[in-house]
Formats: sequence, structure tokens, C-alpha cells
Amino acid sequence: MNDDDLDHIFKALGDPTRRKIIDRLRERPGQSLFEICALFFAENGMALSRQAVTQHIDMLQKAGLVRVEWSGRTRIHSLDPGPLREAVDLWLRNHL
Amino acid sequence: MRIYVTSVLVDDQSKALDFYTRVLGFKVKHDIPMGEHRWLTVVSPENPEGTELLLEPSEHPAAKPFKTALVEDGIPATSFQVDDIDSEYERLVSLGVSFTQKPMDAGPVRMVVLDDTCGNLIQLIQMKSS
Repeated sequence: MNDDDLDHIFKALGDPTRRKIIDRLRERPGQSLFEICALFFAENGMALSRQAVTQHIDMLQKAGLVRVEWSGRTRIHSLDPGPLREAVDLWLRNHL
Repeated sequence: MRIYVTSVLVDDQSKALDFYTRVLGFKVKHDIPMGEHRWLTVVSPENPEGTELLLEPSEHPAAKPFKTALVEDGIPATSFQVDDIDSEYERLVSLGVSFTQKPMDAGPVRMVVLDDTCGNLIQLIQMKSS
């Protein structure tokens, strides 16, 4: 993991919506885009557009925090906390 | 003015007829030959005089990319209501139906999303107050 990877991770974490998506994916792995949108609306009472969620997911994917798999012909998203742990070991821990 | 019919675009009408009747449990209302295809509608046995669901051939060239894009994002083509979603989910799983979304609470509803084997995802909901 290099500085670019760390940048992607901290950038991905630097947004409350993306942190909420991470929380929800941890509780309930394997969500479609529809499910992420529906759950976000149900829990926060505000709608997120499909485009907005897609952009958030792209950033989380770039940071390696979200993995995409296929269930039939549907894209399914899950959390991968591995890069978070690496980021802790590599840099955060120095200051804890 | 009343809504008497609504439709899902199905890849194959015979296959759809099997899925929507044998698996989901709807009853045929109209099955009228129309050249290559049929005017094929089903109704809920709980409400046989209610709105019909037209199993419409997805013939138009724009239908396929539209349906594919919806399925990719997990977006249901339409939604049906049930009284007990968890028992319905168990029943459909035992019949081999695949789900892109297991039972989930979302505000006033509890929902699942299933694959109709004809190119669509279908949402089932239970109103939690009911």
C-alpha cells in the first residue's frame, strides 16, 4: 500500500454518505444499487439519486473498500475492510 | 378513468405464464392469440376482478437494453403486495426462485426482490401496519 492508496482510502472516508454506506454494507453484505438506495432512504428519510450512489460506490471501490460481484445479472456490493486495517497499520497507528 | 391493466415485458410468454401462475400463484384472465404472440393477462386469485397484469412480449429493440440495465442495478420492474412476506419468501425459495434481495425493512414496508426468469426483477412488499 502506497501514499496513493492511502489517499483513496481517506478520501473515500471523508464523506458522511459514504461512511453510512460502509456501515450498512457491514450490517448487510451483498447489496444491489437499488437496495443501497432503498436502505439509505429508509434509514435517513432522504433520497439519494442513483447517480449519486453510483459515484460514491465508485470512490469506495477505488479505495478497495467495496467489492462488486454478480448475482445472476445483478451487480452486488460488499464491504472489504482489509484496506482499512492496512491503513491503520501503515499510518494511523503511529498516532494512536 | 380506471387502471385495468399494467404490464411486465417478458422474454418468453410461455415461460412467463408458468412462472407467474405456477410459481407466483396468479390465475390466467385472458389468453387471446394475436399472431405471433398472445394477449396474455393474469390476476390475483385474491382479487380476480382486480387490475390485470399483462405478460407483454419484450419485442421492441429498446426493451432488451432497458431491462438489462434495470436488472444490473437491482431495480424491480414492478411490485406486488403480500400479507406475510417472510412466509412467502420461504415458499418461493423452496420452489427454487432466486432473490437479489432478501427480506429487508425499509420504512413502512418489508420487501424482497426476486428474479422472474423472464428478464425482470420483481419486488414483493408487505405493509408493516397490515
